[in-house]
Amino acid sequence: MADESRINIRNPAEIVTARQQGRILAVQLGFDGSELTVIATAISEIARNILEHAKDGEVVISRCNHRKRYGICVVARDFGPGIADIDQAMQYGYSTHKGLGIGLPGTKLLMDEFHIMSVVGQGTTVTMKKWRH
Amino acid sequence: MQVPILKQGNYLIASVQSALSDDDLRLLRDDLSDRVGRFRSTGVIIDVTALDVIDSFATRTLQSVAQMLKLRGAYTVIVGIRPDVAFVMVQLGLTLADVGAALDLEEALEHLNNRRRRNLYEHRAKDTGEAGRLGRAGSSPNRPGLSPSRANRRADREGQPRSGHASPRSMEHGR
Ligand SMILES: Nc1ncnc2c1ncn2[C@@H]1O[C@H](COP(=O)(O)OP(=O)(O)OP(=O)(O)O)[C@@H](O)[C@H]1O
Ligand SMILES: [Mg+2]
Repeated sequence: MADESRINIRNPAEIVTARQQGRILAVQLGFDGSELTVIATAISEIARNILEHAKDGEVVISRCNHRKRYGICVVARDFGPGIADIDQAMQYGYSTHKGLGIGLPGTKLLMDEFHIMSVVGQGTTVTMKKWRH
Repeated sequence: MQVPILKQGNYLIASVQSALSDDDLRLLRDDLSDRVGRFRSTGVIIDVTALDVIDSFATRTLQSVAQMLKLRGAYTVIVGIRPDVAFVMVQLGLTLADVGAALDLEEALEHLNNRRRRNLYEHRAKDTGEAGRLGRAGSSPNRPGLSPSRANRRADREGQPRSGHASPRSMEHGR
């Protein structure tokens, strides 16, 4: 089975593709119904951020292993403007656009692991994981 | 992808087929707004059964559609939010204000009918005892379905035994 899929994010349709690919791999890994929706929603939020705040980027979805555990790993990467103050961006309700400011803090809540790295002028990378329990 | 819209009596039913892009949403909003005006619809049902994800973007856009329709005189009911989708929405703290929710189309129609009936009581109360004091401020002259004479007939048929409720309700809605 293909353990990795890479989706360019340049338009809204590709956000849908990304979360569908995420769902497919998550099913193969044995995640159940409500976990699938959790994973698909997290991918949707992060891919939407690429489109809204950085114009374009990519999402890479793969299987990840750690000792005896395994799960799904999502990396979203862009070369957009970056985020100056990550703590502020992670605050519930904070948005520089007219958003709800729920995407980043919400996604962190949904996933088991969430890491964001950003350099102003260079881009942003979000890495997140959900383990099979 | 365009969203099909069906007219059923005083209501419109829009069935969202797949994830909506910004353009789809704009189209849906304009389309609904236009038809609400043309058909004098008092209620709009948006069926989202086909959506596997309702994220912050989808919530924000559904909310803006509903708010716009409210300004056009129609109340929005969202139908078919799946249990796992609802679960995630709660976790994310996503809410829809000023919007009704129902499990299926039948329940949504019932919801709208109940609302409509309540509005008719209110109109009846104004036409009888309280008309002089409350004036016409709260009535909606541009809704033929709610014209005073029809409201009276409906209310007489359905509302007689419960006429005692008309007064407090009309106060509640007459603000
Ligand atoms: N990939 C990115 N590149 C640049 N800035 C970003 C990126 N992702 C998020 N941000 C910044 O972080 C802020 C918070 O993001 P978050 O996803 O929480 O909210 P939002 O996208 O503004 O609204 P919502 O997600 O609720 O629709 C954004 O307003 C934006 O300023
Ligand atoms: Mg966002």
